[in-house]
Amino acid sequence: MDTTPHQSHSSPSPLTPDEVRRITRLARIELPEARLAPLGQDLATIVAYVNRLRALNLEGVEPLTHVADETNRLAADEPGPTLSTQTLIDMAPESDGLFVKVPKVLDDQGGGA
Amino acid sequence: MTTPTLPTIPPNPDSAIAIARDVRARTRTAHSITRESLDRLHAINPAINAFAQTFADTALAHAKWIDEQCAASHAAHLPLAGVPIAIKDNICIGPDATPSPTLPGIAGKTTCASRMLEHYKSPFTATAVSRLIRAGAIIIGKTNLDEFAMGSSGENSAFGVTRNPWNHAHVPGGSSSGSAAAVAARICPVALGSDTGGSIRQPAAFCGLVGLKPTYGRISRYGLVAYASSLDQIGPLTTNVADAALILEIINGQDLHDATSSSRAPFLASNVFESISANATTSSSPPHIGPFRIGVVRKAIDAANHPAVTQALHRTIAAFKARGDTIIDIDLPMLDAAIAAYYVVAPAEAASNLARFDGVRYGYRATLAPNEGLETMYARSRGQGFGPEVLRRIMLGTHVLSSGYYDAYYITASKARRAILNDFNAAFEGINTNFACDVILMPTTPGPAFAIGSKTTDPMAMYLEDIYTVAINLAGLPAINIPAGFTNYADQETQPLPVGVQLVGRAFDESRLLAVAHALESALNIKPPQLP
Repeated sequence: MDTTPHQSHSSPSPLTPDEVRRITRLARIELPEARLAPLGQDLATIVAYVNRLRALNLEGVEPLTHVADETNRLAADEPGPTLSTQTLIDMAPESDGLFVKVPKVLDDQGGGA
Repeated sequence: MTTPTLPTIPPNPDSAIAIARDVRARTRTAHSITRESLDRLHAINPAINAFAQTFADTALAHAKWIDEQCAASHAAHLPLAGVPIAIKDNICIGPDATPSPTLPGIAGKTTCASRMLEHYKSPFTATAVSRLIRAGAIIIGKTNLDEFAMGSSGENSAFGVTRNPWNHAHVPGGSSSGSAAAVAARICPVALGSDTGGSIRQPAAFCGLVGLKPTYGRISRYGLVAYASSLDQIGPLTTNVADAALILEIINGQDLHDATSSSRAPFLASNVFESISANATTSSSPPHIGPFRIGVVRKAIDAANHPAVTQALHRTIAAFKARGDTIIDIDLPMLDAAIAAYYVVAPAEAASNLARFDGVRYGYRATLAPNEGLETMYARSRGQGFGPEVLRRIMLGTHVLSSGYYDAYYITASKARRAILNDFNAAFEGINTNFACDVILMPTTPGPAFAIGSKTTDPMAMYLEDIYTVAINLAGLPAINIPAGFTNYADQETQPLPVGVQLVGRAFDESRLLAVAHALESALNIKPPQLP
């Protein structure tokens, strides 16, 4: 059993800053520029390790995405206890007592950011 | 019907079973036991940082009520009467957490050891916790963890590292770090953890405890903050197998709040042990009393790269043989792919689950300049609210799910996942050996608890700590860590560290798994050295 992390690769080339930026954009994460390079190195190391999956012979194997053997079930269509609006509003970082407040949805360029 | 051949439990005054029995018989009070537990917590916790919050006032109030119930002969439905329990802080406890509507609810926070949820108060309580409280348990506090249950050492908490009670310079394991440390330090006999890739079993191994990850679907995940929904499962950390069986009986079973909770017949402790039953019901299936057929993953044992782990495995095999159990060498060829498959599947699900933390409805919201808008708020709140390991996994998951990579990573990993499950099923059905295994024996961890700080700079080295545990989550099977010895350093200055072994069971066959686990526990008869 292979317990040595770097056996299958030697210092993989890090993800480029552009690649890391692409991922941060997709994941909606803002990071200071200085953190992108070390993160790119970490991700490259992990991706290099998981690339061993590609060498497996998985011909004809069905993907398994969930082990639960339950079929979907529907709740009875009856009203039951729910959380109050006030409880939910109180959890919001900002509210005006009736609505959750968010910053402007359209940015200064006139479109969705 | 229980048979007289089932094992009975030797008295252990510190076990959950003994505490509940004494409180119900009124030879000890829930109040005094809770008081002692809290005193020990306050004395020991500053050194180990196991607890994120404590609930002294409600715990004592609830304990007093339990004593009143026992005095009024209402103890029959309180199988955990007066048992102090700690809850991992990614499991929700809300103001409705109380044994009686006449008493104050607990109303703590659910932080997931993250800045993102530092001030978050859950408005509801997890089903597993509600069931414990209904059974008479006293919730004394919530335990530290690796942020959002992502980690193998307890070092990823936004609120400081947890230390191993056996040796404060070493990690307790993770991500259920505080739950393991709390029980190892004997602050409480039971704690709940969650296990997505080993987060109950690995800290149990590092802290010398029994740690059970039940079959996927056994226990409702309602109120467990989701990390990887197809892998997550709540389970107990205890000092002995019988306590684990009792806790499992109480918290398991279908829950309408979790569509993946199983509709199968619930687990009953009375299938495994005589005289233990939460509901005073009788066994529904024939008991497992052995001899057992133990599948041994020879490759994993030969490759164990720490002498204490190798010794523990050989000691375990010898103990089974001495009992008359049969040892069957098996191969799980796909085991080598488990870490790679896990670190695609789990981050992919995490990236999706943690998308809900956007600074809008609850949790951390970043400060914005006047010209900045909603998109910036999402991204900055997430960048500032999540710690480094959580960000790493969200980004990894986002990458493997993104256009052009999805087939190569996620679909391939999901196929490997099926192949891993097929390997386990082949062993349980005896397809390659003609011997259907009752359980499979594997290491729990590559070595004993490592030193704090020794793996924090290399995420891949940390991930490989989970090499023996993640396959079980991918396959959805139940598995348990059993303490199997201690390291024996020549250096007498060094405190010995616990070592565990892992038993893996068939899906929904915790009865057989726990029967074998108890047989092993009795056969090994580990006498722990004194805690420092």
